[in-house]
Amino acid sequence: MTVRQHVLVLYLASSGLDARVVGWSSYDGTGRTDPTTGDGDVPPYETGVDALRDGWRMVQASQLVPPYPGHEYDTSFLKHEFWFEKLAES
Amino acid sequence: MSIHPAPDDLLTSVQVAHFVAHGSLRLDAVVPDELNARAVAVLREGIPATPYATPLAEAFEPGSFAHRLVNLPKVAGAIYSLVGPHPTVDHHAVHVREANEGTAQHLHGDAIIDVRPDAFDVQLMYYPQDVTPAMGGTLSVPGSHLRRTNESDTGRYQNLRGQTRLTCPAGTVVLLHHGIWHAGRRNDSDTERFMFKIRFNPTVRQRLLWNTDDLHASAVSAELNTTFDWYEDATARLEIYNRVRLWQAMTGDETFDPDYLVTRVTNRPRRIVAQRNLNPHARDTSKENA
Repeated sequence: MTVRQHVLVLYLASSGLDARVVGWSSYDGTGRTDPTTGDGDVPPYETGVDALRDGWRMVQASQLVPPYPGHEYDTSFLKHEFWFEKLAES
Repeated sequence: MSIHPAPDDLLTSVQVAHFVAHGSLRLDAVVPDELNARAVAVLREGIPATPYATPLAEAFEPGSFAHRLVNLPKVAGAIYSLVGPHPTVDHHAVHVREANEGTAQHLHGDAIIDVRPDAFDVQLMYYPQDVTPAMGGTLSVPGSHLRRTNESDTGRYQNLRGQTRLTCPAGTVVLLHHGIWHAGRRNDSDTERFMFKIRFNPTVRQRLLWNTDDLHASAVSAELNTTFDWYEDATARLEIYNRVRLWQAMTGDETFDPDYLVTRVTNRPRRIVAQRNLNPHARDTSKENA
């Protein structure tokens, strides 16, 4: 038996883990699935907390970083990124 | 392209506002079947390359497929509306997503990070075939064009709520702001999918180049106020702010600000109102009328 990591990345509408999912990615170390760009329009969970309730372990959350002076109105990457993992047998 | 398009062939203000909000504008089945029918063979053979910044009028051989494409009245009118007369062709390329090829591109913006606040390039994407869901039509993210990111640094994002996975009838042209996040999706069909892209650089200020008869229609504000499901709550307001700034640049109207977002944070009054007893130069008027 070999254990592999299955990773889920959720992008949320605010810094709260109970906020709405606005984007998602996943990477499957077991090789059973092959998620990729633009492969679905329906998010796997409605909120980050919903992922916790389904057994995902959160391993990282974005820090809250103030805008650089002079760039307060700039938009760039998604700000509220949460990483989750599940361990699965491959 | 040197002839001014007929007013009916130009984009309307509502359409240009849609472009400013979404970063794209679709012209469904705007290319006639007769051209679509020969397109795949022409694209498979390849379109002769042009040096960077070749004037559009010189870029394609008269009578050639590409020349006819960019001179279709509705296509020429849309190009004119966004980049004006005498644009140059930055470059063009034929893109092919092979049948059952098994991979998708990472989400990216073309070229390099490009944060011009009052100018933009336009990319024309032409689809000669009916594009079905399985054919991996281009993924694009509406309203992503003003985000300051560099090329494929967004490759981590696989899916965003409200994304556009293009399906379209043959002959569809999509015009895109240079900054839009997009990717060629995995083609899971048995059919090769073709797309011909041309990037245009403006050579004039991009101001009021379209049919402005409806410039002050309420539908213009409505388009510019569009938010998308993938926007974070707070950043959505910044998107509107940046969009208003772009519309102000494209119209020259710095009073356009329906939600007061720009005006409020740029309000820097200079008039000083101080108590008279704090002003050593004030004349004492207290006894003048005594």
